[in-house]
Amino acid sequence: MSNTPDDLKYSKSHEWLRGNADGTVTLGITDHAQDQLGDLVYVEVPEAGRELQAQEACAVVESVKAASDVYTPIAGTVVEGNETLADTPEAVNNDAYGAGWLLRLKPADAAALDGLMDASAYQAFLESE
Amino acid sequence: MLIFEHSRPGRRAPSLAPATAAAVDDIPAEFLRDQPPALPEVSEMQTVRHYTRLSQKNFSIDTQFYPLGSCTMKYNPRACNSLAMLPGFLARHPLAPASAGQGVLACLYELQEMLKDITGMQAVSLTPAAGAQGEFAGVAMIRAYHLARDDQARNEILVPDAAHGTNPATATMCGYQVKEIPTDKQGDVDIEALRAAVGPQTAGIMLTNPSTLGVFERRIKEIAQIVHQAGGLLYYDGANLNAILGKVRPGDMGFDVIHMNLHKTFSTPHGGGGPGAGPVGVSNRLEPFLPVPLVAYDGDEYRWITQQERPQSIGRLSAFMGNVGVLLRAYVYARLLGREGMHRVAEFATLNANYLMKRLQAAGFDLAYPQRRATHEFIVTLKRQAKQQGVTAMDFAKRLLDFGYHAPTTYFPLLVPECLLIEPTETEAREELDGFVEAMCQIQQEAQSHPELLHEAPHTQPVRRLDEVRAARELDVRWNPGA
Repeated sequence: MSNTPDDLKYSKSHEWLRGNADGTVTLGITDHAQDQLGDLVYVEVPEAGRELQAQEACAVVESVKAASDVYTPIAGTVVEGNETLADTPEAVNNDAYGAGWLLRLKPADAAALDGLMDASAYQAFLESE
Repeated sequence: MLIFEHSRPGRRAPSLAPATAAAVDDIPAEFLRDQPPALPEVSEMQTVRHYTRLSQKNFSIDTQFYPLGSCTMKYNPRACNSLAMLPGFLARHPLAPASAGQGVLACLYELQEMLKDITGMQAVSLTPAAGAQGEFAGVAMIRAYHLARDDQARNEILVPDAAHGTNPATATMCGYQVKEIPTDKQGDVDIEALRAAVGPQTAGIMLTNPSTLGVFERRIKEIAQIVHQAGGLLYYDGANLNAILGKVRPGDMGFDVIHMNLHKTFSTPHGGGGPGAGPVGVSNRLEPFLPVPLVAYDGDEYRWITQQERPQSIGRLSAFMGNVGVLLRAYVYARLLGREGMHRVAEFATLNANYLMKRLQAAGFDLAYPQRRATHEFIVTLKRQAKQQGVTAMDFAKRLLDFGYHAPTTYFPLLVPECLLIEPTETEAREELDGFVEAMCQIQQEAQSHPELLHEAPHTQPVRRLDEVRAARELDVRWNPGA
């Protein structure tokens, strides 16, 4: 059973999002996603200031099996990308919801997170896949 | 062991050295090196043994069944090699005037004509030196076409998610945005998603047909119509041309530009790092943009067509004419097969794939698309084994090496979990296919009784399981004997 923390929101393309106190949102890939990809060898994150549309590819994660785009389910402006992952891509495998975060963005619509799945809905989605 | 590790100062291998040193005294002093180059210092016998051993460690089509999906690892007939190495071909200087090379130009011209005929395209350029360069040339022509019409707004290339992985990379290299089109449950392009995606921004679509799912794109005519109506062009990736050779022509399906991999479909050597050849074929409207040189024939004499005659050409892709030695091998291959033989290539490639697919299915393996007939390749998914026995597609692949079979393509296409993409090609005998099925069945039994045999495989090869993750994270491919 994959680890899906209760305080996060989830997308069908296996991203997690955390609403921060300062109004920004942190985005990463879920424990299930990192497990499916296997050991990551390369991570590319966006630069601060980039405008993202909902469903736009915003980062790249690459394992020995596959290179995959990461999509943002909500629109917004990138505040920062997790540059440390360039040297430590394994952080996404070891700590997907912590040190393995990919980017922080300022959402265009503060309520956009509400439309996403909560932990139990994502868990049910995983079981149906 | 590297040859540098055999090196001892002062050791020489002079038996094949020239009797007298060449007198080179006109190189300016600033270009002369201060130190001799760091070459290995080994005896002739050490050198012979070193490279002979390396060749014996090689896993190759000459020694083993090599069902690497989407790579078309078929036998390379020796006659193609012998004829392409005739002294007249080998000794020809690439700058020799056309009048002194009518023979080689005739071969290239006829190859152009045969490829036109086989693919249904209006014109062919042989010069791209490999599949990747062929793709680049193809999309560069799409770009040149739109720009020549002053149609600046087309900045997007559509790529179905079942297309070859190189396609989005090529579109990006040519300056386009890539939009992915999903696949439906049957393995066909999702037509409604395609309709929704096309528009005035669409430069074209890149399709592989049969797709990397090992199935024929059945609604290709409809796809062509949708993209053409939006003003886009259709690009055909020739990776899987072997399945339809002489049967269906990309030109008749509505494609505007295609590339062919002669090192796959036309059986030139493949897998040893090339060189390859990736000719491009085009419809009428793209002909002015073909890369040069091309070969023309006026009924009397063969000659080169250069940029002067084709001012709209995307230009040269290499100093001379691509990999002429490879083109000659493909030419001989096509001549040896003839029209009838070409048909048999597709028939036997497809028959072998379907035979292997049905036998593996009967042995209890799960197919990714059990309701579809295979083309020249098909996909087995080991999702169930991964869940129930904890053995992965990679474990199966590595264990196959111990049985003397090269592993199929693993984890590609990305749409199918724990997949093996299996392409037997037309040159394998039934006994070889049966042997592969037996090995797969035995590995399946081991997965239940001794899964560690799979996890730790290969056991009998020159190297054991490699740490691919570490190799990718700590990429270090340089040998530095001095440091």
